[in-house]
Amino acid sequence: MRMFRSVTIGQHIPGDSIIHRLDPRTKILSAIFLIVLLFLVNGFVGYGLVALGIALVIRASRIPWKFVIRGVRPLLVILVLTLTLHLFMTEGRVIFQIWFLKVTWEGLFRGLMMGTRLILLIIGTSMLTLTTSPMQLTDGIETLLRPGKKIGIPAHELAMMMTIALRFIPTLLEETEKIMKAQMARGADFQTGGIMQRAKSLIPLLVPLFVNAFRRADDLAIAMEARGYRGGEGRTKLRELKFQRVDVVALGLVVTFAVLVGVFF
Amino acid sequence: MSIRLENVSFSYLEDTPMSQAALRNVSLEIEEGEFVGLIGPTGSGKSTLIQHFNGLLKPNSGKVYVDGVDLTLKDTQLRLIRQKVGMVFQYPEHQLFGETVLEDVGFGPRNGGLSEEAVVQRVREALAYVGLEYETIRDQSPFELSGGQKRRVAIAGVLAMQPSVLILDEPTAGLDPEGREEILGEIRQLHEERGITVVLVTHSMEDVARLVDRLIVMERGSIALDGTPVEVFGQVARLKKMGLGVPEITELMHELKARGLDVNTDILTVAKAEEEIIRLIESRKVMGWQK
Repeated sequence: MRMFRSVTIGQHIPGDSIIHRLDPRTKILSAIFLIVLLFLVNGFVGYGLVALGIALVIRASRIPWKFVIRGVRPLLVILVLTLTLHLFMTEGRVIFQIWFLKVTWEGLFRGLMMGTRLILLIIGTSMLTLTTSPMQLTDGIETLLRPGKKIGIPAHELAMMMTIALRFIPTLLEETEKIMKAQMARGADFQTGGIMQRAKSLIPLLVPLFVNAFRRADDLAIAMEARGYRGGEGRTKLRELKFQRVDVVALGLVVTFAVLVGVFF
Repeated sequence: MSIRLENVSFSYLEDTPMSQAALRNVSLEIEEGEFVGLIGPTGSGKSTLIQHFNGLLKPNSGKVYVDGVDLTLKDTQLRLIRQKVGMVFQYPEHQLFGETVLEDVGFGPRNGGLSEEAVVQRVREALAYVGLEYETIRDQSPFELSGGQKRRVAIAGVLAMQPSVLILDEPTAGLDPEGREEILGEIRQLHEERGITVVLVTHSMEDVARLVDRLIVMERGSIALDGTPVEVFGQVARLKKMGLGVPEITELMHELKARGLDVNTDILTVAKAEEEIIRLIESRKVMGWQK
């Protein structure tokens, strides 16, 4: 099935660029700054600057442009929806009118703003996942959450759950593809028919998928216990995270950039 | 029902940095009624190849014909092809879903638009072929069965479509020796009685040596060897270099020959080897220089 092949969200492309080598915490914090910044900025000059910043990061990461842009494709529907909703639902100076549907200048402006915001958001955060392996990512989240332990945030458990969930996304996709093929070989049809028909045709896909997922979860739990896993208490790490000078510089740059753009635009 | 591939190439994740060729310019013809074995090291493209036989995968370039029908054309009715080219995937019991065995095995024929009576008839026959009794098992949940029975039910689910070509991807993986023997015996019986074409993907050299008429060896997305089992297993050195082997008994005969005994090395089964060794001993007795 080609349908799963275009999903680049959460995908990791190994590499050895400066962005790849940054501490995951640097990248996670930068992504958070980016998200906040995108909601502070109002105006195309600001967005232009943010886009430029992201472009520099992509360039430095040496990940092919085509690949980064492809990540936006699955969200095309949401983008179009956002644009249309804003286009028709905003009051203001009318450009033209079809029956009761009014298209306004303000709507056009806000639609384009929201669209740009979404695209930048997706591309920016996908740079985090594209350049950081899931292991590093969860390690980073765990260390960042660790201070929260005092107020009852189960940092290790959350990180472990994320690791496992991320680890099994490709497995489940593969499995879905395999079961789909097997049922298609028996004449199943997932593409045609009305909504009810299609929902019903999913049963031969979903039942085995869930059965296998539970079986796999059982196996995994047993395998983990067999290797002595008993939660995060006293657990040491193979790779300790360490802030390098480059991380300090990178974080400094990001913060300065975010503050400047946030305040002035 | 014949299958013909012409210069088929295929790669997964085409147009991405992770793209890799799984099939390189493969041409192949499988005639009606053949029993073909397909072997090759892991990742050599066996599973990719067989998925072209019923249009589950479409080649990036090249043509696939089933009974003269071009599967690469857009308007080919793949559902009809898939009723005729049955495919049993690896660990087929992982695809069971029905509440009852009847529902699960009847899934294929029901999709083919048969009446409920005809479906029941097909299910009864298919279960009989894999050695299960329709009356006792029809209302059981497939998830309550033993591993071997699940496998049989899953295979019956494909047989119930009465395909004229049957493709099996390691149908005996993970079964005990008795289960292996039974399932392979049933497949052979199907081939002999109904004359259906069988393509068997396997890692067991012993299995193919006993069963198939023709053996195809895949290596890195291409066909490396194609011939009768005797011809293919004659290439011991080449097979070993690929990380494959020959049946142990054939290896033994090669070993005996290397130690200077005048034995025939074109031997694939224990029974044949026994005959050959007895012949050798007898001939020595006659000549009177027995140790």
